[in-house]
Amino acid sequence: MKKNLGILGLLVAVCVVAALFGDNFLTGYNLQNLTQRTALFAILALGASLVIATGGIDLSIGSVVCLAGIATPWLLVERGWSPWAAIPAVLAASAAIGLFHGLLVTRLRLQPFLVTLCGLLLYRGIARWMTGDQSQGFQGEFDAVRSIALAKFPIGLEAYRLPATVIPLVVLSTLIAVFLHRTVAGRWLLATGRNEAAARYSGIPTARLVTGAYVACSLIAGIGGMLFIFDIGSAQPSDFGNFYELYAIAAAVLGGCSLRGGEASVVGVVLGAATLQVLRTAIILLGLSSQLEFAVIGAVLLVGVSADELVRRHHARRREQP
Amino acid sequence: MRFALPPVDLDGPPPLLRMRALWHRYGDVPTLKGIFLDVRAGEVLAIVGENGAGKSTLLRIMGGIERPCSGKLEIQDGAGGMRDADFRGVRDAERAGIALVHQELNLAENLDVAGNIFLGREPSRFGFLDRATMHAEARTWLATVGLHVDPATPCGTLPIAHRQLVEIAKALSAKARVLVLDEPTSSLSAREKDRLLAILRELRDRGTAVVFVSHHLDEVMRVADRVVVLRDGEKTGDMPRAGIDRAMVERLMVGRYLETASARAPRTDAPIRLRADAVVTPHHRRRAASLQVRAGEIVGLAGLVGAGRTELLESIAGVVPHGGRVSVDGAELGGNVADRTRRGVALVPEDRARHGIFAPDPVSTNVSLAWIGAGRRDAGAGRAGSPDDQPLLRRIDGAGERATVRRVIEQVQLRPDDPSRPVATLSGGNQQKTVLGRWIAIAPAVLLLDEPTRGVDVGARAEIHREVRRLADAGTAVLFASSELEEVLLLADRVLVMHDGGIAGELSVQEATEEAIMHLATGGAA
Repeated sequence: MKKNLGILGLLVAVCVVAALFGDNFLTGYNLQNLTQRTALFAILALGASLVIATGGIDLSIGSVVCLAGIATPWLLVERGWSPWAAIPAVLAASAAIGLFHGLLVTRLRLQPFLVTLCGLLLYRGIARWMTGDQSQGFQGEFDAVRSIALAKFPIGLEAYRLPATVIPLVVLSTLIAVFLHRTVAGRWLLATGRNEAAARYSGIPTARLVTGAYVACSLIAGIGGMLFIFDIGSAQPSDFGNFYELYAIAAAVLGGCSLRGGEASVVGVVLGAATLQVLRTAIILLGLSSQLEFAVIGAVLLVGVSADELVRRHHARRREQP
Repeated sequence: MRFALPPVDLDGPPPLLRMRALWHRYGDVPTLKGIFLDVRAGEVLAIVGENGAGKSTLLRIMGGIERPCSGKLEIQDGAGGMRDADFRGVRDAERAGIALVHQELNLAENLDVAGNIFLGREPSRFGFLDRATMHAEARTWLATVGLHVDPATPCGTLPIAHRQLVEIAKALSAKARVLVLDEPTSSLSAREKDRLLAILRELRDRGTAVVFVSHHLDEVMRVADRVVVLRDGEKTGDMPRAGIDRAMVERLMVGRYLETASARAPRTDAPIRLRADAVVTPHHRRRAASLQVRAGEIVGLAGLVGAGRTELLESIAGVVPHGGRVSVDGAELGGNVADRTRRGVALVPEDRARHGIFAPDPVSTNVSLAWIGAGRRDAGAGRAGSPDDQPLLRRIDGAGERATVRRVIEQVQLRPDDPSRPVATLSGGNQQKTVLGRWIAIAPAVLLLDEPTRGVDVGARAEIHREVRRLADAGTAVLFASSELEEVLLLADRVLVMHDGGIAGELSVQEATEEAIMHLATGGAA
């Protein structure tokens, strides 16, 4: 918990700045929006954190979001599939993508960066080709299916209703937290990320665990892609999900995941995702040029990671002195 | 820091002799640093310690030869209380009922036995020299110590064991309530030693306090009621014999366990646990290695660098692919290292930083790593597990895990014994204990060790060897590779010498000299 205090402090600081200097930050509508976006991006970040915990990286998350998000209305509307067939098919395809990554990484021993960089290009290309690069949408139908992302529950506040997307977020967070810290596989996954060779020598089935992490990450990206498209209704294959992998990775790193592997904190990752979304909102509310968005996120990320490293070294030095 | 707390015995009778915070120095060098010690009636108290620990100084203070720089000596007075004693010489001590028997016997060789027994006390006890009485008295004291010689025998003609008994008789005749002996058995034969120890026990049963210093822990364990350990002038242990073992005393003496080559019974009848048939490793494709290790056996792999010891161990563990067959308890092993670990094959790798530890992680997760996935296998020490066991999504038993980590840390004597400490901050020996502890937690069927004590200090090495033996005693088949002949001889029941990927020959521990191993390791005929 202690290591989450840093990111919690950063989130509070960003919120305070936004609330002090932006007129509309503390409005119910804005907070409701923030919750929705945080939940969606946090789901992607949780998937990314599993791969990062193994010491790997997944750059294809945005493209899987695109492919799954575009394929869902395309199957339902263009192809006329029933949701009972389309949704499982899209999720199965997402998981298959992850399995493909995992096998390339563990069996062929390709570098995760390369494998998933190729995936980033591949799946967006497939999505654009499949749909003829045409915008895909639900055209006003399938509201029942979309309600998982669109429903808002009144919780007794006047202007704020709780978005339904927090349900998949809470379920997923709980599952992953229990998995990482309470199951044998989770502990071994972290050990694998810490020292892959030592894990193998200790009899940990590292290949299966790493493959599993890629499957989970892509499956979660597929779920996220669906939720995104349910939320916005229609999207362009050429830009839907662009850079989402970077938001996911940034949130995971802000949340305490080391890119060297072996560390993950579900709470930290969710807080990291929230911080990024508050930052994006704050840039608009504070009247900064939206072109600065990436620059601001990059700067905050750099400061956060540097501070984390300095604190870590300070503790390490104190450990050595008896 | 080591503290010797003053013994507080509120119930029992007051001790015959009490030492409180005794300090003693030779020049600037402290020889005793605040010793508290009680000597009670009817006990045999053994004082042990290394050379220079301060044992003899303590005895000499008791005997009135030395005086402490500070601290007090108290003796029991007639009324059952304690009074201060300030011995200015041997006489004062003798008058207080304390007799010291020196290591180098101090008998006047020209006098007879009776004359020696009553030397210096003749006039005061009899007024005039009464030979007849003196001889009669001497005879009874000699009978007390079980020595049946004529009191008129000149001491110079007595064998050394008899002279020792004469010394004791002399001490008893001086009404000694505390008999202090410095290395009383050092020059005795086994039979004479037995007799002396029997006499000391008899004296104890009559209410005498017997204090003796000895380097022979076997006799200490046989005869002492209480053992006091000195180290560098401090008391590091004061324990009733019932609660201790030899190894513990050794550890208190030198601050660590001394290691001796174990006299393990060779397991020639135990079932064969590990069998490697014609195993061909990647680097030595032309030669195959075959070997067998029985349950409870410790087999050493010797050989030159590059002979293929590491490759053979890693092949058996499944870390590297290999030709040939490896089986445990008759069942052939396939697959990778994970499958083989589930079947009870464990490897302590040579390169512990790269292949052994998870450096930034705490000791606890390093130690419990295999245990959490071991399922019910941990119930039976050294039994192979079921390969069908799929524990991956099972929940970790947190309480069981913490208990296991505590048990292992205690057993391997990890220092510091803090489970939350990152392994990276431990010494090499303690890091190695962490890796070994990972397997101790699950008691594997087969334990493979590659250079188990490389870069490890002698104390930790002895402790690691002890744990390996303990696993073997519980039925684990142990195969280890070591470049150190000393380690091979200390640990192995049997030695296999490797050359160019194959087993060049087998030696018993007795046969395994440096020359014999070199002969085989360099390709000589078996």
